[in-house]
Amino acid sequence: MVFGGPAGTGFRPRRARTAVACLTLLLAVAIAMFMTYDLKGSLDYALELRGRKVLGMALVGFAVAYSSVLFHTATHNRILTPSLMGFDSLYVLIQTLAAYFLGTAAFLQIDVRLRFGFEVLAMLGFAALLYRWLIGRGERDVYVLVLVGVILGTMFTSLTELVMRMIDPNEFTRLQDRLFANFSTVNQDLLVISAVCVALVTALSWPLFGRLDVVALGREQATNLGVDHERLVSRALLIVAILVSVSTALVGPVAFLGLLVANLSYQLTGTFRHRYTVPVAGLLGMVALIGGQFVLQEFLNFQTRLSIIISFAGGIYFIFLLYREANR
Amino acid sequence: MIEIENVTRRYGTTTVVDGVSLSIPVGGVTALVGANGAGKSTLLSIIGRILRPDAGTVRVDGLDVAATPGATLARRLSILRQENQVAVRITVRELVEFGRFPHSGGRLTREDVAHVNRAIEYLQLEPYADRPLDRLSGGQRQLAFIAMVLCQDTGYMLLDEPLNNLDMRHSAQTMGLIRQMAQDLGKTIIVVIHDINFAACHADRIVAMKDGRIVADGAPREIVTPETIKAVFGIDVPVHEVDGRPLAMYFA
Repeated sequence: MVFGGPAGTGFRPRRARTAVACLTLLLAVAIAMFMTYDLKGSLDYALELRGRKVLGMALVGFAVAYSSVLFHTATHNRILTPSLMGFDSLYVLIQTLAAYFLGTAAFLQIDVRLRFGFEVLAMLGFAALLYRWLIGRGERDVYVLVLVGVILGTMFTSLTELVMRMIDPNEFTRLQDRLFANFSTVNQDLLVISAVCVALVTALSWPLFGRLDVVALGREQATNLGVDHERLVSRALLIVAILVSVSTALVGPVAFLGLLVANLSYQLTGTFRHRYTVPVAGLLGMVALIGGQFVLQEFLNFQTRLSIIISFAGGIYFIFLLYREANR
Repeated sequence: MIEIENVTRRYGTTTVVDGVSLSIPVGGVTALVGANGAGKSTLLSIIGRILRPDAGTVRVDGLDVAATPGATLARRLSILRQENQVAVRITVRELVEFGRFPHSGGRLTREDVAHVNRAIEYLQLEPYADRPLDRLSGGQRQLAFIAMVLCQDTGYMLLDEPLNNLDMRHSAQTMGLIRQMAQDLGKTIIVVIHDINFAACHADRIVAMKDGRIVADGAPREIVTPETIKAVFGIDVPVHEVDGRPLAMYFA
């Protein structure tokens, strides 16, 4: 009898481990390049600025990837991501609504940490509702979820546009700077609280990975194996809400990045075990953002935005996945 | 002992299981038979806490299945449903290993590996052990799932149409295995089964359901009679004695 892993398991983690090692190396190279390439002027200042950017991108890359993998497990599909279900457009809507009702000036004066806290709470509420309506009640057809997601996303975006039009144009410009943050202007306080959030959430959810593997087998198998499917799925969705808040607060919606890195991670690792898919997806997300941003700003002179490239590549991949799923 | 008390389950306005009470002592194979839509699978799912009843309780060794922590129950009771689809890519061996999850929480011990190997051997899955589940035929996949619940090593096993998709040889082998597990390992097995002859051959007790209620309950010899079959399935079937066992000739 052929035994696979050290404990005689049928699952061979070698491929997954190789992927983790290679991607860690790749990430190190990307960070090193980003930090040191073509340094000019005050070294301290440049390094600090770049370091902040790198940290921001790493947080976003990891949060987007992790939330997508968890969302896939919770909904038993590999196509939908939080961003496709309208999570990040909701976050933008919440911010815009707050600015509208409080007034832009008052809104921008609120401590960024407090603001972030409230926004996260609202997102948690949305995740709970989504769970109640859609995901908690047995297994839904993926296509129904896609449809609902597209509708929710469009609705949130349209509402955001509506509210923005109702805001004074001058104030709107100020608001837009804040709402659509980019890596160059990341707020330091926000960066710190985001890092704390991601670290905390990751530490709390790491021990759930074994049970999440069982959840991935489906509700009935999970129940049979003694895993409280409902509780784990609702917990996973709450984690998703926090992670999406972090990534959206830092850079705004990054459509399709999560879909791309999560699915690439399943293919690279050849498994669905969270112990491997989460780190690999996270590393992929970080490499894509940091490496992509580096290439873009050093060689293409910001001719285009990274998010556009990601959306383009991710969109094609999304169609490919839908096509493959339909032909199964 | 499994005690089912006044269990009722409705889907919309249709009552699928209607105030069923039943008690199943430790040991032996109990077959649940009945026409399509009689409520067998629903009742089994309720016992296995996959479905919640609208009324009534199910107790396993005195533990209310609706209130007992899932992990505790998973070491006493396993359930295998008839539709088993897994969305993720997984090999047969990996799947069987998950049967040990209630015992070891994902970290396999030497003992767990022994259980896994035994289950794979029992169901003759060695040739496919390292193949992904989605590359197997429906019957092979069914056997892999049976191996998983066997590996779970629970005192009570609930199997919903385990012979689905199985050919003659594997059907007979699987029923033989179920029989053997009850006899040698002292397991209590409830099996939902379509073919009344398989039930007559391998079960100690047959419980027949119709329209959500239990209409007959007894040893195979008492149930497999033209009268009872008529009452349960609504067809006239001659019953012959073959090798000392009743055989319903419903084929023609």
